[in-house]
Amino acid sequence: MELVFKRPECLIDIPFHFCPGCHHGIAHRLVAEAIDYFKIREKTIGVASVGCSVFMYDYFNVDVLEAPHGRASAVASGVKRARKDRIVFTYQGDGDLAAIGIAEGIHTANRGENITIIFANNGIYGMTGGQMAPTTLLGQKTSTSPYGRDFTSDGYPIRMAEMLATLEGSAFVARVAVNNPANLMKAKRAVRKAFQMQIEEMGFSFVEILLACPTNWGMTALEANRRVEEEMIPYFPLGILKERKMADYL
Amino acid sequence: MWPFECGEIVENQEPEKILAKGNEAIAMAAMDSRCLLYFGYPITPQNDIPEYLSKHLPALGGEFIQAESEIASINLLLGASATGARAMTSSSSPGISLMQEGISYMAGSELPALIVNISRSGPGLGGISPSQGDYFQATRGGGHGDYRMIVLAPSSVQEMYDLTCLAFNLADKYRNPAMILGDALIGQMKEPLIRRKCAKMDLPVKDWALTGAQGRKPNRLKSLYLQDGELSEHNWKLHQKYEQMKKEEVRFESFFTEDAKLMVAAFGSMARVSKTSVELAREEGMKVGLLRPITLFPYPEKALYDLSQRVKLFLTVELNTGQMVEDVKLSVERDVQVYFYGRPPGSLPSPEEVLEEIRKYYG
Amino acid sequence: MNSDRFYYNIIVAGFGGQGVMVIGNLLANAAMIEGKYVTYLPVYGVEMRGGTANCTVVISSQQIGSPVVGKPHAALVMNLPSLIKYEPLILPSGLLFINSSLIEPKETYRKDIEIFSVPVNEIAIDNGSPKLANMVALGAFNQKTKLVQMNSLFVSLEKVLDERYHHLIPSNIKAIEIGAKFVQSLP
Repeated sequence: MELVFKRPECLIDIPFHFCPGCHHGIAHRLVAEAIDYFKIREKTIGVASVGCSVFMYDYFNVDVLEAPHGRASAVASGVKRARKDRIVFTYQGDGDLAAIGIAEGIHTANRGENITIIFANNGIYGMTGGQMAPTTLLGQKTSTSPYGRDFTSDGYPIRMAEMLATLEGSAFVARVAVNNPANLMKAKRAVRKAFQMQIEEMGFSFVEILLACPTNWGMTALEANRRVEEEMIPYFPLGILKERKMADYL
Repeated sequence: MWPFECGEIVENQEPEKILAKGNEAIAMAAMDSRCLLYFGYPITPQNDIPEYLSKHLPALGGEFIQAESEIASINLLLGASATGARAMTSSSSPGISLMQEGISYMAGSELPALIVNISRSGPGLGGISPSQGDYFQATRGGGHGDYRMIVLAPSSVQEMYDLTCLAFNLADKYRNPAMILGDALIGQMKEPLIRRKCAKMDLPVKDWALTGAQGRKPNRLKSLYLQDGELSEHNWKLHQKYEQMKKEEVRFESFFTEDAKLMVAAFGSMARVSKTSVELAREEGMKVGLLRPITLFPYPEKALYDLSQRVKLFLTVELNTGQMVEDVKLSVERDVQVYFYGRPPGSLPSPEEVLEEIRKYYG
Repeated sequence: MNSDRFYYNIIVAGFGGQGVMVIGNLLANAAMIEGKYVTYLPVYGVEMRGGTANCTVVISSQQIGSPVVGKPHAALVMNLPSLIKYEPLILPSGLLFINSSLIEPKETYRKDIEIFSVPVNEIAIDNGSPKLANMVALGAFNQKTKLVQMNSLFVSLEKVLDERYHHLIPSNIKAIEIGAKFVQSLP
């Protein structure tokens, strides 16, 4: 009988620690599948950030480096500058990339570093227990915005993909979700495309993935899935925002 | 071999003597030590280092990145170092403060690299005049957690070169960040320099480096340890390393110790000024010696202790209001008088002023 | 300078832009070529009080301790603020070299030091190279003190000046020679 579904070679055979209904596991899988697809496992170096994604080194069967909070993109730039013959990616949450590490993220994109950033946006701080993130939606209640996010004190949710797409240095910028099979297939293509861009040395590639965090949203898995569709996607529209063609170089 | 992998030291191109600035000597030593990766952010008084390297690294196939901040610089360095490549950054006091988080992570993840601090005066934005106010920060780790950094304090342009070469070797030997702690005086001063090959050191293979998991299990570099007892074990391992440094890597220089009645202790720029003061004191017939720590961590505790068996007067001279003097006091016998002469940044003490202090305590 | 132990230090001071750092660099490099130990220490930034830029050069037959000098053997002052700052510091029987083009002569100089005045700007202008007053001063100072061989200074120009200015080396050499000749011609 033909095997139609198996664990990617790039993922280690241990259970994820993620909560039930959390989308991190799916996002990890998309990255692992892309690495397998291009057969680059043995030349890939991953950079883990701080947050729920920090345990990346337990799951990915590739060399992994743990970065200080927010600094993953700078760390990845250093790895890539030292080893341009390797494939380098970061997997960063919204606190890591859009709050404490926003300067590093913007300048990494602006330098056109030939790396891939996978940006896991669930609009909340998962690991520390559900505090407000820079991508928390207006009105959304979290443990540090108990009355709902209010722009007068908390500012507005940041659209990272749009911001990075404006920079000359970025080559590929997309936002995807994994809340239904159709979106998942698009997400898979986008992540694959991002790695392809890096392999082809086209420059900085960035995929924002909208993730559900049922535990900290205080929802069931299904409710959380629906919330991605009904609340997050309207504010964080999906699609490819920028795709540099080889012709742009010529 | 990948171009930036640590390997043979480059043969020196120009063995002739040149008149070089201290900061430039560091840059030359980095290139001669096959460090071809530099990440930094401009700050006075160390800009000669990035300026020199931005000019010369591209021709050698290296990478020079002016980062958006010292925070980015130290993390670019962390990433480059994780691949096993030799890499460096340089900055001055406020910038070094910004780097402390990254340095702590590097110590925790056991990553070797060179960090140069051509220190200026603080606190805060302070000023750009020479200062030794960063002694505590450098020798006590500086960032969070129970770690140490190898700290070398050059006191001449030639030493800026030689100790930079040594710092790369010690960093690789111990898998630990190493710092050159200089100041504007040593950094801006010019002296004759010979780009001489540094002594060979047997260095361990960097089998921990992240190069892609080809034909081996994946390598992990991290500082997070959450399993029971794991972190404690990790800290003990680091401690052992620091103890080994104390046994094997202490370096210091001393003058006129044989018959000394009073010993001056000073490092870096102040050791230069003090050396002249000691010579002047000798001309006046005072039996005065000088001990100059070259490694600030590991500190020459034993040398001081041994000296203090027969010398009962010590005078520590620093360009701050009293930092290294604590280490002198911790090192010497209890019946020793340890005096301090220092001043906050602003003006440099002249040899005559230090001599005045020597006279005061010599009795 | 065949004595067993040679030690000499000098402070060169003037306005920023008068080229005092180049004077210090050339002296240090020339002495190094002649096998001496040297230190050259520039003072920069906020320490440039009173509108002066200065550098300290120490030349010795033995290893040099302090590059910082409290009481110099000689001071070469190119402007009035530098005169005011350094005249009191010079060692007894030391040398005060004054650019008399920019510093009015006075009656009250210290009596225990040698005062040596040269109108370096006027000499430079008379010889058609007003920008090379610093080289005239260097030539005159070195002729007076005989610190280094003139030829060592000429050779040093190539090492000290940025490559962009190497085409100016012949005119710099000429200016140094003019300064030296002025001193030779003095009674």
